[in-house]
Amino acid sequence: MIATAEAPRPRPGDPPITPELVDDHGLSPEEYEQILRIMGREPTFAELGVFSAMWSEHCGYKNSKRLLRLLPTRAPWVIQGPGENAGVIDVGAGYALAFKIESHNHPSAVEPYQGAATGIGGILRDVFTMGARPVATLNSLHFGDLDRPRVRYLFSGVVKGIGDYGNCVGIPSTGGEVYFDRGYEDNPIVNAMCLGLMRKEDLIRGTAEGVGNTLMAVGARTGRDGIHGATFASEELSEGDDEASRPQVQVGDPFTEKLLLEASLELIASGHIVGIQDMGAAGLTSSGAEMAGRSGTGVEMDVARVPVREEGMTPYEILLSESQERMLVVAAAGREDAVREILEKWELEAATIGTVTASGTFRVLQDGVPVADIPALPLTEGCPTYERPGEEAEEVRDVREMDVSHYISPPNGLESAFLAVVGSPNVASKQWVYEQYDTTVRANSIERPGGDAGVIRVPGTNRGVAASTDCNGRHTYLNPRSGAMGAVAEAARNVTCTGAAPMAITNCLNFGSPLKPHIRHQFREAVLGMRDACSHFETPVTGGNVSFYNETDGEAVYPTPVIGMIGVIEDLDTIVRHSFRDARDAILLLGTNRGELGGSEYLYAVHDGLVAGEPPGVDLAAERALQRCLLAMTGRKVLKSAHDVASGGLAATLVESCLGRPRKGDGVGAAVRLDDDLPDTALLFGEDHGRVVVSCAPEEEDRVRQLAADYGVPCTRIGTVTGEDAALEIATHSSTLTLALDVLNDHYFGTIPGIMSE
Amino acid sequence: MRVAVITFPGSNCDQDCFRSVEVAGGSPSYVWHRETSLGDADAVIVPGGFAHGDYLRPGAIARFSPIMDAVIAFGREGGLVVGICNGFQVLCEAGMLPGALLRNRSLRFQSHDCHLRVERTGTPFTADYRRGQILRMPLSHADGNYYADPETLAGLEADRRVVFRYSNARGEVTGEANPNGSLNNIAGIVNVRGNILGMMPHPDRAFEAALGSVDGLPLFRSLVGVDVAVGAGSTREVA
Repeated sequence: MIATAEAPRPRPGDPPITPELVDDHGLSPEEYEQILRIMGREPTFAELGVFSAMWSEHCGYKNSKRLLRLLPTRAPWVIQGPGENAGVIDVGAGYALAFKIESHNHPSAVEPYQGAATGIGGILRDVFTMGARPVATLNSLHFGDLDRPRVRYLFSGVVKGIGDYGNCVGIPSTGGEVYFDRGYEDNPIVNAMCLGLMRKEDLIRGTAEGVGNTLMAVGARTGRDGIHGATFASEELSEGDDEASRPQVQVGDPFTEKLLLEASLELIASGHIVGIQDMGAAGLTSSGAEMAGRSGTGVEMDVARVPVREEGMTPYEILLSESQERMLVVAAAGREDAVREILEKWELEAATIGTVTASGTFRVLQDGVPVADIPALPLTEGCPTYERPGEEAEEVRDVREMDVSHYISPPNGLESAFLAVVGSPNVASKQWVYEQYDTTVRANSIERPGGDAGVIRVPGTNRGVAASTDCNGRHTYLNPRSGAMGAVAEAARNVTCTGAAPMAITNCLNFGSPLKPHIRHQFREAVLGMRDACSHFETPVTGGNVSFYNETDGEAVYPTPVIGMIGVIEDLDTIVRHSFRDARDAILLLGTNRGELGGSEYLYAVHDGLVAGEPPGVDLAAERALQRCLLAMTGRKVLKSAHDVASGGLAATLVESCLGRPRKGDGVGAAVRLDDDLPDTALLFGEDHGRVVVSCAPEEEDRVRQLAADYGVPCTRIGTVTGEDAALEIATHSSTLTLALDVLNDHYFGTIPGIMSE
Repeated sequence: MRVAVITFPGSNCDQDCFRSVEVAGGSPSYVWHRETSLGDADAVIVPGGFAHGDYLRPGAIARFSPIMDAVIAFGREGGLVVGICNGFQVLCEAGMLPGALLRNRSLRFQSHDCHLRVERTGTPFTADYRRGQILRMPLSHADGNYYADPETLAGLEADRRVVFRYSNARGEVTGEANPNGSLNNIAGIVNVRGNILGMMPHPDRAFEAALGSVDGLPLFRSLVGVDVAVGAGSTREVA
């Protein structure tokens, strides 16, 4: 490569840099002024494209960065916090876990199959570029109501896209969540989380260390697909966009991903490389600039040496392509052939495209002629950030302050309401979804989807990693602060119910346009709620993703801060599952019934889609005590089951504990008596936080009560497991319900397959 | 017992098969698909996955991987060969087993536990099962719908070459227990000589209690317990 300090000049055919062109690139006049200051001259077209991508919301976090700094990120077990491809924590026995969650909402709204598939691809690459082998995925999906054909199309396309990609690569899906609510009508939320395990010493980072080392483009060839995907993800959609935006959606190739995974792990183990990063959003631009930025070095690359899929691609296109399944690798100087040899084994290409320099700039040539030369650090870190004041939308305040006690009596009686809640798509079994995902490949799935949290064994040990994704968008819509706190609390309860200690979170913050004051209010409140909960639970945030502009024609989705919680079980023999097991076992409730119906599934399913009221409050100290109490109980093996209370309230929890898993027909009955002085609907369907239903052998009941008392957790005997061929009987102070298991089965397991086979 | 586990670039159950053989007391080793020799292997496992991406048809390209000539020759000489899931598809494509695996009746990928009834114990793979024993193990595939022409199917049944059938938990072979539309609920078959087994469900995901089932382990125990000096033709029939 010819080293030259010559400044880039416009290429023939480049459009002139006009205010309109700057605006088309999503840059404000003030941001452009900042670019001129950094450059000391007018940028070339390619440079403008680079700034546009790096300073997009997607890469630059310009409307979120300041608030995100409020989140706790440290703990003794955190090895890598935010800012890398993925966060990393110590999970013991010499192993580290890399994990992250990311959104692929915009592409999935336009082309659900490929949009979701490439979302899985991207998150897998974020994890294996840390040196970790992906061992599990989870998905948090939010769609509109299933009675809309378009929603069914999006839902089935997204599920198939996730399945086909993950199944081919061979990563088990161990959990997740699926919500349906009109708040996501045209903007599905598609968030994919990946967990990867490695020996601690195998950790590698996305850095371009060592002047003179070699930059290599690895994997698939670069094409014209997805150019400006990062900028696309930072805009609102409007009607007709699904046609016009298709070229911005990339196409996934899971087989190439599998090859890239194996080749990358082999490369990392070989010691021939010093850094590796996915060419994800903003492709070669972000990977090159970020690797240089993190190391305080520079990079120089020649786009003419990048393997391309088609002739005549311009530097602008090569720099901004988001073709999938590509990596940027920094090879130790002199080891290029060894790198190439490993890639060839996996039938992949590796091309030398440049070198690490001491210049501190992101410098790009085409056939030796400079086309871009930008200081790396200002490019990656200098993106202007904003924190403009927000204000709550009046309509949200109005519905929150609505008195929902008017809806306390169900129009068609209690039993009908009970079955409507249990059979609502939000509460009903998601078996139709997770049976399309390989859940058992790699032979380490200890707890599969359908319970509170998935659990994966750390190979060669008796330790397990539990993971759960949670966000009740209705709660966060009505009250973003308590809703976000509740999402963290629920995620923590879910992993704790399996016997795992909550350790850390990754988050995916899905919101509308930050240019609107009420969205900024939602975002700020949600971040503050998360901060409080994560600080209190000592579960720092190790990274994640912000997805703004989830709007169509001005309608934003519910604010949806999805929490991906990680927990560790030190001894898998202490694992607990959610289903009741043996007749005569005692059923106890940990926590207090408060009957909070605001934002509940009951109101939505039974009262014509009503979303109103103050959502359940979160008592962080009580949640923490509950977590500690549960861990004490699971550690002493006194429980036979534990199941969190959340969407659908106690009704849903009891039904799920009775029906068991994984196939219908395995259930046991229970006789439950609830003595609280609350209206039936509030008692059965309230979604109050801080509650877990546990069961234990009759002779362990005293120990369970004693442990609860030791931790200051309210504990009430509420019933008895009655065994097979029985029913779920629930008595309150004013009603008695007897629900046959096969009727519950039909409602719980039959709803989604029924809708999807119509 | 030295067991070669073939690794295609898109194999994703090779490590699970390797581990299963280890737990069963055998000595596994990986053989890369571009090799042309199986070395000193006493048995071969073709594992599950998506051998070459399977964008065309499962196993259609794997059949042309260099190692397959050696696997075919090994099987022809009576060597023990097991194909699981994608491995079964590969063995059918390679002509080592009759029939084909079509798209599931549901037209969807399916991943869940299934029950199998052991139809025959007199094979090198099923010597450690009881006849009629009901097994539970995961299945995970989009193309597991076993098909063969009527004549082939009649031959399979007449020769008792159907080794595993999908059943319910009570061992009844019913339409409802058939997960994918396979003819006669066929989940696994052997060749005429009885030294090549293909099956869709995953014994390699059911080899220890922590995984929810140990019903796959006897298959690997049986395999590694075969006295290869006597040859595959000599098998123990366990009533």
